[in-house]
Amino acid sequence: MNIIKKFSLGVLITLFLSFSANADKIKIGTEGAYPPWNSKDASGKLIGFEVELAWTLCRYIGKQCEIVEQDWDGMIPALIMRKFDAIMAGMSITAERQKAISFSQGYADEVASLAVMKGSSLEGMETPAGINLTKPNAAAKKALKTLTAGLAGKTVCVQTATIHQNFLDSGDVGKVNVRTYKTQDEVNLDLASGRCDAALAAAVAFSDYAEKSGKPVVLVGPTFSGGAFGNGVGVGIRKDDTELLNAFNKAIDKARKNGDISRIATKWFGFDASM
Amino acid sequence: MDFELMINSFPKLLNATLVTLKLLSASLIFGLIIGLCFAILRINKNPILNKFAYGYSYVFRGTPLLVQIFIIYFGLGQIDYLRSTVLWVILKEPYWCAIIAFSLNTGAYTSEILRSAFQTIKPGIIEAGQSLGISSKIIFYKIQIPIAIRQSLPAYGNEIILMMKGTSLASTVTLMDLTGVAKYIISTTFKPIEVFIVAGGIYLFITFIIHNVIKFLEKKYSFN
Repeated sequence: MNIIKKFSLGVLITLFLSFSANADKIKIGTEGAYPPWNSKDASGKLIGFEVELAWTLCRYIGKQCEIVEQDWDGMIPALIMRKFDAIMAGMSITAERQKAISFSQGYADEVASLAVMKGSSLEGMETPAGINLTKPNAAAKKALKTLTAGLAGKTVCVQTATIHQNFLDSGDVGKVNVRTYKTQDEVNLDLASGRCDAALAAAVAFSDYAEKSGKPVVLVGPTFSGGAFGNGVGVGIRKDDTELLNAFNKAIDKARKNGDISRIATKWFGFDASM
Repeated sequence: MDFELMINSFPKLLNATLVTLKLLSASLIFGLIIGLCFAILRINKNPILNKFAYGYSYVFRGTPLLVQIFIIYFGLGQIDYLRSTVLWVILKEPYWCAIIAFSLNTGAYTSEILRSAFQTIKPGIIEAGQSLGISSKIIFYKIQIPIAIRQSLPAYGNEIILMMKGTSLASTVTLMDLTGVAKYIISTTFKPIEVFIVAGGIYLFITFIIHNVIKFLEKKYSFN
């Protein structure tokens, strides 16, 4: 009897301690499947640019943090339902998402690109190196026409609920056959298997995959920014949580001034993707 | 609760229900053929055929449908040799991969349902046929199979409902079935509860129909 009493008391104390410890913790949600932004190492530990940046920002905010994993397609609903307090998951700031949540200022930006397997008929499309879709100039419009002609009737694969899917759905490159996947890993697998004629994602996501898998994945066409591709990647926060939003904005300011963001970005991307 | 979203998403979800029903009916037809063949193998006296059929049903009933569909879709897609064969024409399409996985899965369950139905047929019925001089082939097709099908109706009705719910896994291999479209709408509206309630309602309605059709058939072909 005595043992049971002691045991239950112990359980109660542990529960109480863990609750009180949690009260002041900032929970940050990430996907853990979008290298080099965020991913997992062989032991299942979350790693990547945003994981390291999150710890840095938390230090500046001066609060304890916990990073939790969440599937990409449920990221914003999970934030709204208070499963965590902030999103750091390579999530671009777009007008569509801003209807549902707030974003901190951007901390990093990185272009998107189409990728194909070596030997594809889409290789060698003549386009400028990069186009900005916020105010497309003549060259950008011409590039979109080239892409529309090249992609007609082709299957283009993207991760679901991404800026890349929004862009393909927007009709800027005509009517392509869009196929959506739960994770970028699955997009990469089907690009390599030949089920996809092309795939669209962050350019680094493809170079990371090509490097790790040794598969002949090549980037084609221009790199994309602006317009449907949003304005950089920021921390997603619930609309009513202005206090946390301000705290993150201040922390990002500090981290930028001290050179932390560009240092961490260079470490994970191989170039300075900070903004 | 965003009722406007629920009303607006309803036609899109209804459209996607067609894909769900297509997947379901194709899988059930192939599954029934597979199930009947393997059930006959299971009651066969030949130990090799018997063990083979048992192994098939053991593997497909013993592993999750999600794992099966992933192995067929992503797993087979990784085999370079396979991609150079004519099989790739079928395996390239997510639609066929889903139907193959669903058919093999429901086929395994159906074979078990039919096998137990065959085994519950009283020997006296077969003996009665034999005493009338009916050939064993005709006894099998005209007596054993119809009785077995009637016996297995309640269990098979359950299997149809399970399979109908299982088709929602088609969305994991890029198909835009009812669940796939629901997820797509959620990805642009960020309102999972409303959309899943509507999608869930449609699934429930399909179950209601299946349940009543099976009940009607059970009554119609009742032995009493």
